[in-house]
Amino acid sequence: MAEADIFSHIETAFPGTIQEQHSSHGNDTIVIDRGDLPTVLSQLKEHPDFAFNLLLDITGVDFFGKEPRFEVVYHLHSLTHNHRLRVKVRLTEESAELPSAASVWKSANWLEREVWDMFGITFTDHPDLRRILMYEEFRGHPLCKDYPVNKRQPLVEERDPITNPWHKG
Amino acid sequence: MAEAAAPLLPTQKEVAEHDPTSEIMELQMGPSHPATHGTIKFNLTLDGEKILNCDVEIGYLHRGFEKMCEQRTWNHCIPYTDRLNYASPLINNVAFAITAEQLLDVEVPERCQYIRVIMSEISRITDHLTCLGMAATEAGAISVGFYLMESRETLYDLVTAVTGARLTVSYARVGGVTHDLPHDFAARVRTAFADMRRILSDCDKLLSKNRIFIDRMSGVGTISPEDAISYSLTGPLLRATGVPYDVRKAQPYSGYDRFDFDIPTGTQGDNYDRFSVRFEEIKQSMRIIEQALDGIPSGPIRIDDPQITLPEKKQVYGNIEGLMNHFKLVIEGVKIPPGEAFQSVEGANGELGFYLVSDGSGRPYRVRVRPPCFFGMAALGEMLRGCLISDIITTFGMVNMIGGECDR
Repeated sequence: MAEADIFSHIETAFPGTIQEQHSSHGNDTIVIDRGDLPTVLSQLKEHPDFAFNLLLDITGVDFFGKEPRFEVVYHLHSLTHNHRLRVKVRLTEESAELPSAASVWKSANWLEREVWDMFGITFTDHPDLRRILMYEEFRGHPLCKDYPVNKRQPLVEERDPITNPWHKG
Repeated sequence: MAEAAAPLLPTQKEVAEHDPTSEIMELQMGPSHPATHGTIKFNLTLDGEKILNCDVEIGYLHRGFEKMCEQRTWNHCIPYTDRLNYASPLINNVAFAITAEQLLDVEVPERCQYIRVIMSEISRITDHLTCLGMAATEAGAISVGFYLMESRETLYDLVTAVTGARLTVSYARVGGVTHDLPHDFAARVRTAFADMRRILSDCDKLLSKNRIFIDRMSGVGTISPEDAISYSLTGPLLRATGVPYDVRKAQPYSGYDRFDFDIPTGTQGDNYDRFSVRFEEIKQSMRIIEQALDGIPSGPIRIDDPQITLPEKKQVYGNIEGLMNHFKLVIEGVKIPPGEAFQSVEGANGELGFYLVSDGSGRPYRVRVRPPCFFGMAALGEMLRGCLISDIITTFGMVNMIGGECDR
């Protein structure tokens, strides 16, 4: 589907929901409101004109210091039409939560767990929202720009081999 | 939400009705289990040997790849990408460089595209040989494992001849590659391939009709095409279910549309199909490399733009402009205009994508990698439901999780 085509199709299918659309570096992008997310995503998957059946990726971006602070980015691919689309949702720091897509694609379950783990963005009605890459006791969300790069949170206290060598207890 | 939630497990009462001596058991396998090559934990719910549920825990090898990349210049990220899928590092290098070039809106010279294709395909073969060799070893066919490792070593010799390293190659750069191919490269590849064809034919005879191997692999770890798509599986895992999706054909990059090759697919979506698909892909990769070696043009191997690529060493040591240019590029990095790009390549395990956000400085604002085996791990619980404990080993082997890539 040509690029102008997909935007006009989206405009007809979801009138008034597209806040912004552009096509930079060959990636077609739409920005929508989080309230429209469940309908838009499930329609994009089910509607035969779009048929975005393969969810490539869900990730977050932290624009620390700007407002709205977070962006959640969905990359979709259609195996039927061989076209791609990027869907973005912008979130403020105070209400960093959005509906889950785990009922649309099964892979969204783990991807959303990772976004929560790394950015602290909550997915309401997610079936099993817990940490995935970090450990349970970990405090904070490491990919946020205000998480210090050199901060360490060892589970077992680190021993200084000079002042406290192992053979001296 | 009901379908996304964990499926209802049989209760103790139901299990006991079926077999009075049976009881539901919880077993934790891993994180460091001798039969799994990778640090991963399976929380199993068992009825005897049968797996009722398998909750996969990953993250033991998390190093903060994405956070580290944000602290470095664009070209500094290349060595980090080597450590993602260390069985096929060249593909990761190329994927990162291609995405950065997309942000710059530049195209590398034709010779560079050919070199990237050749090196990516060599990497794909080494990855598949590792996966198949380990899987065969774990299923008891240890001699096949040795043969395939031997064959892989001849390819690593080629990689060493080009890049200077076996695994941590750091070969691609934004705007090109580090060095050209050695002058006798084509001849060496042909010798290596002649050897490899003999070994592959031996291994094919040893495994493909081997009763024990087929019993261990066939009908095990099955997943339907619908589930595979819903779990976002790509690469050999998706193609084994019969869906002919390959990024090299669907969204060609680096000039893959010049080459003639087939996409092998399976029918059942079980371990045996995954094995066969990978086996056949090795042969297709060899076809691509041979075509590329025949058609490779001469010319530059990187973009000639002082804003992007380093100047010739003669310039650096010979005049002040060259020295300043080199210094600025190394210290400040390539200035990539603000924007975002997502580009994916066909990795050995599936679609490997990079999503890069630039704020116009010399460092990436956000680096996100779409790791193909992350999705395989997410689907592993589904594949294993109803299988036996011994099937975990073969299925895990065929999903081919690479810790560095899955956990980043």
